[in-house]
Amino acid sequence: MDRRKSIKSIVLGSVATGLVANGCKPGQENPETGVKKPENVAWRTPVENEIINEIQGEEFFNAHERETLTVLCDLILPPSDQFKGASDAKVVDFIEFMVKDHIPFQTDFRGGLMWLDHKCNTEFGLEFKSCNENQQKSILDTIAFYDPDVIAEERPFEVNFFATVRDLTMTGFYTSKIGIEELGYKGNMPNVWNGVPEDVLKQHGVAYEEEWLAKCIDQSKRGVIAEWDDEGNLLT
Amino acid sequence: MQIIENATLYDAIIVGSGAGGGMATKVLADAGLKVAVVEAGPFFDPANPEQKTQLRWPWESERRGASTQFRPFGDFDAAYGGWEIEGEPYTHKDGTKFDWFRSHMLGGRTNHWGRISLRFGPKDFKHKDIDGYGENWPISYEDIKPYYDRLDKLIGVFGTNERLPNDPDGFFLPPPKPRLHELFYIKGARKSNIPVYPSRMSMLTKKINKERGVCFYCGQCSRACSVYADFSSGSCLIFPAQKNGGQVDLFVNCMVREVTVDEEGRATGVSYINKEDRKEYKVKAKVVVLGASACSTARILLNSKSTQHPNGLGNSSDHVGKYLHDSTGADRAAFIPDLMNRKPSYNEDGVGGMHVYSPWWGDNSKLDFPRGYHLEIWGGMGMPNYGFGFNVNEFNKFFGTKVGGYGDMLRSDVKKYWGAVVGVSSRGESIARKDNYCEIDPSTVDEWGIPVLRFHYKWSDLELNQARHAHNTFEEILTNMGGEMLGDKPGKDMDYGLQTPGRIIHEVGTTRMGDDAKTSVTNKFQQLHEVDNVFIVDAGPFVSQADKNCTWTIMALSWRASEYIVDQLKKQNL
Repeated sequence: MDRRKSIKSIVLGSVATGLVANGCKPGQENPETGVKKPENVAWRTPVENEIINEIQGEEFFNAHERETLTVLCDLILPPSDQFKGASDAKVVDFIEFMVKDHIPFQTDFRGGLMWLDHKCNTEFGLEFKSCNENQQKSILDTIAFYDPDVIAEERPFEVNFFATVRDLTMTGFYTSKIGIEELGYKGNMPNVWNGVPEDVLKQHGVAYEEEWLAKCIDQSKRGVIAEWDDEGNLLT
Repeated sequence: MQIIENATLYDAIIVGSGAGGGMATKVLADAGLKVAVVEAGPFFDPANPEQKTQLRWPWESERRGASTQFRPFGDFDAAYGGWEIEGEPYTHKDGTKFDWFRSHMLGGRTNHWGRISLRFGPKDFKHKDIDGYGENWPISYEDIKPYYDRLDKLIGVFGTNERLPNDPDGFFLPPPKPRLHELFYIKGARKSNIPVYPSRMSMLTKKINKERGVCFYCGQCSRACSVYADFSSGSCLIFPAQKNGGQVDLFVNCMVREVTVDEEGRATGVSYINKEDRKEYKVKAKVVVLGASACSTARILLNSKSTQHPNGLGNSSDHVGKYLHDSTGADRAAFIPDLMNRKPSYNEDGVGGMHVYSPWWGDNSKLDFPRGYHLEIWGGMGMPNYGFGFNVNEFNKFFGTKVGGYGDMLRSDVKKYWGAVVGVSSRGESIARKDNYCEIDPSTVDEWGIPVLRFHYKWSDLELNQARHAHNTFEEILTNMGGEMLGDKPGKDMDYGLQTPGRIIHEVGTTRMGDDAKTSVTNKFQQLHEVDNVFIVDAGPFVSQADKNCTWTIMALSWRASEYIVDQLKKQNL
């Protein structure tokens, strides 16, 4: 048992099973997937880098599973003239990583993709990825909605499986560069906060009080070194 | 194994480089003393562009910032460590629970902490006089006030002078304006007559000196600031002490095992394990200053057994490790329909954490618990991270529409609900009790061969009653805001949502100060009653944890103790 798995078995309280297979050596690029071991980064600790490298050196999904998942994720967030799709944001690569990083996902993903193929074979005599879009959607329509008043443990497996794929697709997409652009998030860059814009206050029916604003920083003086009188009144 | 001795005799060895150790380093080095800082983890400087995590995008983490065993607050959090550290276990007694957070690195937990910087008030030092619980401190607010004042000016803290009886005024930088969800909170809280004020946090909204930058509002203080605009011990205390010409030798990746003593039982230095070569070393000093964190310091003292100190150093009272207590904590969130459909036309990251808060407002003489709590507020259009978009349209249930689906509808749902959740957390005071403690587990060592801690900790009905009150408060405020409560309100079977002890990471009290050597470990200058050249500058000497956060008080007390050390060395009393 390697170091990472021994660590995980501590976290999860059980011994990891051998679902992670088909390991290629660290540093090698897999010709099918293009997944390559990353360089160590200084913002991670050595043990964190070691784990990332081990994960990147392994493959979880086989070619068929990757193709099936790609079709599925693109049905969840489809590419169009207006929007980029899940595969544009390499969502399947992200899911591949998460499934290896979080072992409890593994059986559900394997089994869930098998369930999709079985269902499509039964209904249409074709695997999921080979069905046409209408056929694929007709299957998804039966598993994509859930009753939030029923706890997850009591919902059908296939409904929970699809919810997990949807969750990871949403996170994978909206934490990617193109997803953040679509969302319009304006942060994560240096700026000077000077309050909520007037139109936003109006939209949500709130306002600043003069008394409160009077206490707040005058941003034109942010670069002036603070000095106080003996009572704690700011002079500058 | 041969122990390798360092020939240098330092004036002081400081164990640990967090808030307490960092302040001691600054004060002692500025006074011209030669100091060794012994830190269990690696060197860290958030200004190092390769080492910093600030302003990294989620896609720079393969797991998009998800938490791991190694970073429970997410992949970009600036604290190496967590509640479990591989090779460094701890155990529990009688089925009780205590979760112990450790961050081994230069600066320790100050690299990621919430920067909520609250002074203790006059009542907090004499609370036994008010309600009969616990013990009074041997010092009063007047003793510590001058150090709080100097601390405000040295480190920088924003806030406002409000003339409140138990939340003292200070030397504040002006606070930032509230964000949208905070304006909703202000309305909601006031409707229930709960006061709201600008928060008090140690980020520089304004310049305080030429060395440190000013906050640029990325909201990522938990990742440590590359321009030193928030307080971390390395960037604000230890590096400035070095730049000031101080004689500071940093020993990193060195895990202190015990304090060494001479025949008279006085400290001669410490022994430590160098984690890189796994060998044991000794370093000598006139004074040993322990700032390893409340529990780690207790562990070092208890492991420092000698013929002169058979029960551990400074422990003939049997009080080392006793009176361990953490802040109480409870949390609840709500979906606020009036915050739907937000325009992401502007950057509202703000400072890392809240711009407004509510200090304790209640009258405990009319309540079924003796101590209060303050309220912290969270929400907003934060940067997407692992978990963003999970259960994307679950709030449809509040409108009677279908939940789930696929396709472009998910894109509009995610935008509709982004920024519409607001949470409130309580952080309160528990009563320090002798039977909540840590001790040495004689049957377990860590990978360095050092006997580990075993915890025994139980909340009492007083803390449970407080948590129940806090949950009623959350519900009232969030409902006032038009909110739909998320999750179920925790009842008695769930301990009213009271978090496991240790989860709030404000553990204090293990080496409490007092005038009576039989019932305390240090005197009021944080000097061991029994060994005059050993001082404790972390949260161990706290007699009680107020309904505040402990860091500002750790630093004020460390400053005070360090000045006492300088004075005593000058007088040749040590």
